[in-house]
Amino acid sequence: MTVAALGQRRLRRRRVYGSLGTALALLCALLAAGALLAILGYVIVQGAGAINWSFLTALPHPVGVPGGGVGNGILGTVIIIAIATAMAVPIGLLTGIYLALFGRGVIPEALRFLSDVLSGVPSIAIGLFAYAVLVAPLKHFSAVSASFAFMMLMLPLLVRTSEQAIRSVPQTVREGALALGMSNLRATVGIVLPTARPAIITALLLAIARVTGETAPLLFTAFGSQFWETNPNNPMAVLALQVFTYAISPYPNWQAQAWGGALLLIVAVLVLSLGARLMLRRAMQGLES
Amino acid sequence: MSAAVAAERDELLATDELSAYYGDRKAVGDVSIAFTRKAVTALIGPSGCGKTTFLRCLNRIHEVGFDARVEGRVLLDGQDIYAGAVDPMAIRRRIGMVFQRPNPFPTLSILDNTLVCAARGLNRRQRFDCAERALRAAALWDEVKDKLRSSPLRLSGGQQQRLCIARAVAAEPEVLLMDEPTASLDPIATAVIEELMARLADEFTIVAVTHNMQQAARVSDVTAFMLADEAGVGRLVEVDDTARLFTKPGDHRTEDYITGRFG
Amino acid sequence: MVQPRFRRVARFVSPADRGFAAVVYGGSILFALLIIGLFIELVLGSWPSIAAFGPSFIWKSSWDPITSNFGALPMIYGTVVTSLIAIVLAAVIGIMAAVFLADFAPRWLSAPLSFLIELLAAVPSVVYGLWGLFVLAPFVRTAIGPAVQKVLGWTPLFSGPVYGVGLLTAGIILALMIVPTVTAISRDVVAAISRDLREASMALGATKWETATRVVLPAARVGIFGSCVLGLGRALGETIAVTMVIGNRPEISASLFAPSYTLASVIANEFTEATTSIYISALIELGLILFVVSIVVNALARLMIWSVRGST
Repeated sequence: MTVAALGQRRLRRRRVYGSLGTALALLCALLAAGALLAILGYVIVQGAGAINWSFLTALPHPVGVPGGGVGNGILGTVIIIAIATAMAVPIGLLTGIYLALFGRGVIPEALRFLSDVLSGVPSIAIGLFAYAVLVAPLKHFSAVSASFAFMMLMLPLLVRTSEQAIRSVPQTVREGALALGMSNLRATVGIVLPTARPAIITALLLAIARVTGETAPLLFTAFGSQFWETNPNNPMAVLALQVFTYAISPYPNWQAQAWGGALLLIVAVLVLSLGARLMLRRAMQGLES
Repeated sequence: MSAAVAAERDELLATDELSAYYGDRKAVGDVSIAFTRKAVTALIGPSGCGKTTFLRCLNRIHEVGFDARVEGRVLLDGQDIYAGAVDPMAIRRRIGMVFQRPNPFPTLSILDNTLVCAARGLNRRQRFDCAERALRAAALWDEVKDKLRSSPLRLSGGQQQRLCIARAVAAEPEVLLMDEPTASLDPIATAVIEELMARLADEFTIVAVTHNMQQAARVSDVTAFMLADEAGVGRLVEVDDTARLFTKPGDHRTEDYITGRFG
Repeated sequence: MVQPRFRRVARFVSPADRGFAAVVYGGSILFALLIIGLFIELVLGSWPSIAAFGPSFIWKSSWDPITSNFGALPMIYGTVVTSLIAIVLAAVIGIMAAVFLADFAPRWLSAPLSFLIELLAAVPSVVYGLWGLFVLAPFVRTAIGPAVQKVLGWTPLFSGPVYGVGLLTAGIILALMIVPTVTAISRDVVAAISRDLREASMALGATKWETATRVVLPAARVGIFGSCVLGLGRALGETIAVTMVIGNRPEISASLFAPSYTLASVIANEFTEATTSIYISALIELGLILFVVSIVVNALARLMIWSVRGST
């Protein structure tokens, strides 16, 4: 056999390996994307049947009584997230402003480090913190303690994104404001923040999406409720928690409702994520023009 | 310019041994100059000669920069604007600034951009009049009067720059600093701004930085030439009536610069 | 021209600005206090348990609420095993997918695939758990388990009855949950490897596949490893989905089909039912362990990812 023929054979073998490898890589990408479609498809098929008007608006029925819904859970989710947002936005925004304006030095770096640490803390540990601060001392579960836990989960994202958003506003814009004799307060709140707003809203939507399906910290903060509860000082029903409770229950009626609830959660989270993406696109366009 | 000449002119703004630093680096060294009231003074010089930094010291915007620092005095109507009790915000209201690149506020409408730092406590009618006056002064009124509520980002670069001039004018300053206001504009827009500068000089004391000597010759009454020394510190070489400086420069460095670039 | 960004220290002179600065400082201090408070509260809450059991808490394997005798070893074992299964699966799939998306896929395919994979990260944990409980667990019980046992049933790793719920099922669910993390970050790291390197390799006659595996991946290894460690951090702390599919039994068993427990899922399951204060304290100490481990793992991951992104 000649050297040339040997080289030919090796080349052919390398080409085959290349094609096999590429196919393997494609397979992995499809597997990952396919997993989403599999989960999504299953949840839609199972969940769609459970969803009707009374499911969305009714209170849960006791075990054994057919029907019932997750209306109070939806309401509770909205209330808890609203309170969490109201707490997280000021703290997150102020810290972001601080990091953007005073960006150098030991203290800002330490704050960024703390923020990164917080983003990696498991939500269950944050739930324990909320329990220790707001449940144990008051001796009762409450929606506001769940909001507190959600706030902690939302903060890292808000802090880092608002810092970046404020930094990405061209320096000339801020100097233009200061050169007109504006105070730093007015230049920041009146000119810089509105320019950075689309990016900040994107982060907020993502943060809300993150906590919408969050369940672990709710177990010992919001706790759950069978009633139309609107007082944040009381235990409250939350949709994600209802899905969990129903899923691990032995009753087929409840399990079916768990699928319905899961579908609602997925729809809410996907809508928020897509909304955030659209918002981000707008933010990019705004800065380019 | 001799002291006698300086005294007989009416001087609104002057610097006394002004130096500017970025951290340890001295960018501008010991500049003493006076600016005539209601005249256009052009600051010329090669890039890196510290003219923009010097200009930014005049309304205390230099110090906004990280690690930026100023030594010496800047006198506005005889009062040192770097004195301890002086509020830089008040100074910046009296000394407006137009930047190299147009920087309208992207989230405000054209009208709100114009009025963002206008006098407070006006009613709707007065605010509108104020905006119209400022926009007319900036030769922009006819082009934007039908779209006052729309975004300034839709305007051309030259229009945006005139909007920034209108915004500065509406705050009713005494001095207008212009940092290469036509650097990012095309020739036609440049001509409009240059014409505007001459007109604004009826009302304001203008200090304009430019790297374009023809422009300095066209628009200014007085020209100052700056040059960086061997250490990279920007120094004032000479200042004189524009006509004289360009025809009979007193310093050979000025002559080198002018002849090297002209022609 | 690159616009200069904020890198300035503003001076706050006027009264309005002083107030503004005070509020900004106040918000930042509050933020810092919240995080420090989180750590302090966890230490305080677990103090009775730390005092009672000392360091042996970590290697004791009994978990008995009735005699108030607590050791974390079964949960640590369950956490480590499920996370390892997850990271092995997710690393293989995620890195391959990342290479495909960055180097092989045409744009029309890579954009929507990336998008789908990133959406996978947005699916709530409880939905993964639900799917795992009703779809994956029965599949493991009826299909994967018997098939694997037919071949490998003689090893202790795959022995014993297959319940469906257990270490393996939890590991697979976790893998699905962290694949987006591994893929997204690895893709960015791989894409950041310079063109020169690829072109040099191609010019030497290497195929695209050889370039990817022998040149690009080794060059990106630190960042990719970082993405895996970050994924590992997620897996360690993941709670609800694991709680639903792991079987919740505080036992150490060699078989991957056996039910087990993780640090996070035991807290989720037992915290509201815990009656004695030492029981609660032991659960909080599990949370503290989880907290410390996740900080170490995350700090490690970020260091690695930074070291790559910072230099490119």
